[in-house]
Amino acid sequence: MSVAREFTKGLWDEIPPFRLVLGLCPTLAVTTAAQNGMGMGLATTFVLLGSNVLISLLRNVIPKKVRIAAYIVVIASFVVIVELSMQAYFYPLYKVLGIFIPLIVVNCIILGRAEAFASKNKLLPSIADGLGIGLGFTLSLTFLGAVRELIGAGTLFGRYVMWESFEPLSIMVKAPGAFVCLGLILCLMNWIGAMQKRRQG
Amino acid sequence: MSEYLLLLVSAVFVNNIILARYLGNCPFLGVSNRLDTAVGMSMAVVFVITLASAATWIVQTYVLTPFDLEYLQTIAFILIIATLVQLVEMFLQKSIPTLYRALGIFLPLITTNCAVLGVAVLAIQNEYGFVKTIFFAFVSSVGYGLALILLTGIRERLNVAPIPVHLKGTSIGLITVGLLALAFLGFAGMVH
Repeated sequence: MSVAREFTKGLWDEIPPFRLVLGLCPTLAVTTAAQNGMGMGLATTFVLLGSNVLISLLRNVIPKKVRIAAYIVVIASFVVIVELSMQAYFYPLYKVLGIFIPLIVVNCIILGRAEAFASKNKLLPSIADGLGIGLGFTLSLTFLGAVRELIGAGTLFGRYVMWESFEPLSIMVKAPGAFVCLGLILCLMNWIGAMQKRRQG
Repeated sequence: MSEYLLLLVSAVFVNNIILARYLGNCPFLGVSNRLDTAVGMSMAVVFVITLASAATWIVQTYVLTPFDLEYLQTIAFILIIATLVQLVEMFLQKSIPTLYRALGIFLPLITTNCAVLGVAVLAIQNEYGFVKTIFFAFVSSVGYGLALILLTGIRERLNVAPIPVHLKGTSIGLITVGLLALAFLGFAGMVH
């Protein structure tokens, strides 16, 4: 597979978390607004890219038996970098994302890519894979955040966009709204997937 | 005493770690298809979360804080949890094989269950003491078990229900969790 293909697969064919149903906790928790979803997505992309690069470079050095522990240490180091820089430069976002920044460590997407891709591939495809999956995750989170923010508060990226008499459905920014909204999006993805398959015959 | 009672109600019902705090969702949807696996997973989660929170509290209080190493919290905690899970697995295999057979396959999965790290970090953030941390971890994980077993009961019924084909699987699972969360939202306001 070409490097470009590795990049683009993360944007549709294997877009997390809609196609690749992993990393649900941050997906549900931080998408109360489009901006928060985007911040979380970009933080995850940085960690994913960093860990993919390092693990791909070290793939012949790390012994097979302790590989999971080694991957976790690599990922945790990048998470600490993100945590400290967000605290320094994006403090309001750091406050909003709260406990879910340290929890990027246990996001199964990152460990999954390390195990399934970076540990078996050269540097360049691993970079493409990390960037593609990371951007796909960012797009999904921004989309989910936008939907929930629009219906739950009537705003988009903090700006009011709905008509005047619009009554916000505040359940959408609470927990039940998150689950139901993601469930419906997954249903939509299944439907689109089935349509594509039918068209191809 | 009333303080602990409040903590119990708050952790199990009001701030349930799955339904209100969104922690540990991947295994939650993964193992909620059969009741016996759900019970096994719940027991493993209660066991590991309680032990891990105690261990991380000790390390935070006696190692990280005195030496000004709080920024290492994430790395330290995840290593403790991974090691602990490995140790528990080895210990159970040797000494309590029946329990090991019941929990066996769930233990390795638990390292990447974000509820474990989440509860440990929450206990530190809330500045609980040692006993209170253990209690908080125990009741939180019991809340996890409760939600998991409730959802499994519903999903077992859903298997025989007529569902639109595109909604099958994770999709209807998530919507069910949403309705469950809606029911649990009714507990909000009981404890502040």
